[in-house]
Amino acid sequence: MNWESWDAFWRMGGYGGYVWGAYGVFALAILVEIISLRARSRAARRR
Amino acid sequence: MNAIPRPAIHWFHFSSPPEFFRLTGILAPIAFSVAAVLGAIGLYLAFFVVPTDAVQGDAYRIIFIHVPTAWMAMFIYAVMAFWAGMGVVFNTRMSAVMALGLAPTGASMAFLSLWTGALWGRPSWGTYWDWDIRMTSTLILLFLYLGFIALHGAIDDIRRADRAAGILALVGVVNLPIIYFSVIWWNSLHQGPSITATKAPTIATPMLVAMLVMVFAVWLYCIGAALTRARALVLEREREAEWVRDLAGSAR
Repeated sequence: MNWESWDAFWRMGGYGGYVWGAYGVFALAILVEIISLRARSRAARRR
Repeated sequence: MNAIPRPAIHWFHFSSPPEFFRLTGILAPIAFSVAAVLGAIGLYLAFFVVPTDAVQGDAYRIIFIHVPTAWMAMFIYAVMAFWAGMGVVFNTRMSAVMALGLAPTGASMAFLSLWTGALWGRPSWGTYWDWDIRMTSTLILLFLYLGFIALHGAIDDIRRADRAAGILALVGVVNLPIIYFSVIWWNSLHQGPSITATKAPTIATPMLVAMLVMVFAVWLYCIGAALTRARALVLEREREAEWVRDLAGSAR
């Protein structure tokens, strides 16, 4: 186990802003793509 | 005259829109499911199994999304250009749909590789950005994806749009070896590749395993996303076809 506490996990040894900034935008990009794909597929089926 | 041998697999069979739609309807959910499982395993390894780096601290954990997105940005472009080329040469309908289905996912991967690279570059090199060949050529890759999408969208006639964008995609292929070899050909701020086909990897084994799991997760996600987009494109394009009307009639 790498982390003594959840707080240490979020701090990422002082690099929390960089690490979570990278992973956060990565997750967001995937989420936005999935949502927009779902909307597009639904619209294409309805017509 | 009948000397042409019949191929074992009838590839052109899947270039018929209903067959394409049926096959990808099976493949896309499988790709997404495997991606989700691998992603969960990969993230667990990346954060809870692989130890903190002695030199870079925990900032290096960005590698587990930086490398997969950077690889996919290049790889998707190659696949997109392949389908674009097939569409230009054979005029097969599903080829252009595949190219167009891949482009936004490729653009997303190119953006993410730049974004994660910037956030890793700051703590490790002291700068978010440098006009170095690898970074600049990856930025050009992003613009090629966006240019492909924009050019296709700017032409009303779909056949002509497929053709024009397809040719742009093919021309852009020259950028790929520049990205790939940039860190070898030029003295760059960016490090050399950690993994090559010919030499032993220069990163520790647990890290390598976590990274490869993430690579496959992102790869399968990209397959799922591109196929799902291609399916929507098929329906949009074949709106007047009977099989699409039947599909809409079955109210799913």
